[in-house]
Amino acid sequence: MIDWDWDYAIRILPALLGGLRVTVLATLLGSVLAFALGLVFAVVRRNRVPVLNQLVWGFVELWRSTPLLVQAYLIFFVLPDVGVTLSPLTAGVLALGLHYACYTSEVYRAGIDAVPQGQWEAATALSLPTSRVWLGVVLPQAIPRVLPALGNNVISMFKEVPLLLAITVVEVVATARQITAGSFRPVEPFTMAGILFLLISYPAAILIRRLERRVGVL
Amino acid sequence: MFDNIGLIVSRLLSGVPATVSAAVGGIAVTILLSFAAGLALLARSRWVRGVARTYVEFFRGTSEVVQLFWIFFVLPALVGFQIVPLGAGILVLGLNHGAYGAEIVRGAVGSVPRQQYEGCVALSMSPAQRMFRVLLPQAVVEMLPSFNNLFIQLLKSTALLSLVTVQEVAFQGQVLVPNLGVGEKLTIYLVELVIYLVLAVLITFTMRRIEGWASARVGRAPTPRARRPVLPGKPS
Repeated sequence: MIDWDWDYAIRILPALLGGLRVTVLATLLGSVLAFALGLVFAVVRRNRVPVLNQLVWGFVELWRSTPLLVQAYLIFFVLPDVGVTLSPLTAGVLALGLHYACYTSEVYRAGIDAVPQGQWEAATALSLPTSRVWLGVVLPQAIPRVLPALGNNVISMFKEVPLLLAITVVEVVATARQITAGSFRPVEPFTMAGILFLLISYPAAILIRRLERRVGVL
Repeated sequence: MFDNIGLIVSRLLSGVPATVSAAVGGIAVTILLSFAAGLALLARSRWVRGVARTYVEFFRGTSEVVQLFWIFFVLPALVGFQIVPLGAGILVLGLNHGAYGAEIVRGAVGSVPRQQYEGCVALSMSPAQRMFRVLLPQAVVEMLPSFNNLFIQLLKSTALLSLVTVQEVAFQGQVLVPNLGVGEKLTIYLVELVIYLVLAVLITFTMRRIEGWASARVGRAPTPRARRPVLPGKPS
């Protein structure tokens, strides 16, 4: 390869791995938020909770048609003015979680719709309380089927974390940029950052394709 | 709070041409690469399939920001000249979304009923006739809802180009932010969101028209809204 300096590459690897840890952390926290919030959105929509239902619908439609970057700016630059100061990582996780909750809510909805009508009727016939219908009957059947789709969301999110460098989160690409600023050698840091992404997301994607084959695609 | 709203809106709108050029350029490259790579994925030759598969997995597996920075910072160091930011942006948007589009094309062509293929063979059509006169016109109808989603993802990604100094909508917003007060910052971002939403609605509107036309051409009704794919993030 043209002008590839192995010594330099090995020297910067620990710093890049440190950045990768932040990327992974942001992905995991963002996913937890997205999974939880998405489920709330889906249940609100399905139960047609008055007013909330329309609010959630409007929010989801707006939020998933607009750039995550602008949403991250909104959270990071506007909230401090109203007295909520967030660390860059917290703001980033919040932005990721809110954005992906819009996608996961659709995923859950598809999963809930796939639960046969008879299950709902049986639950009603047994006069189970609403909480038991959801927690005991519907969700245990819906969740396993949506796992691959949720997993795909995690991978997509992982690849979008780097844009948080715009709100000063020092993840792997921001680290690569810092290294470049000091050394004027961009080839190794950015190429290695790309390879690190590939090393994590490609095996993860293969695992999810396997999971899809087991539980079926919705 | 709203004293500067005129200024804010006009400044943000001045970024719209760059956003639209990036989106339109990116969509053009995406369509080209989706079909080229998507058909290559179905090719008989192992080599052609291998090359296409490598392209698809490589661009789906790495982050778009990394690809953008790579073309913007690394390529100049390797080849000795820099592509203009908007050009680099369009290239990355196209390469990245083309990889996702290739899977859409492959899936749609693969889902055309086998009898259609057999009919072509029985009529001794050439492979090119088979693909372009029979299989693709039907497959395109299946692809369009997925491409609609993909193009909206691409539109959202144009905001990333502000990170490499393309003066599009998100860039203009960040220029304004330091000079403005509390309520005005919120106004900036809300106006930005509305601009992107309007552009996304325009894409969907256009795609619906194309879908109506493409399905009428093969004598079908457009896919009903309920059956549209709901893609979590980028289609994978």
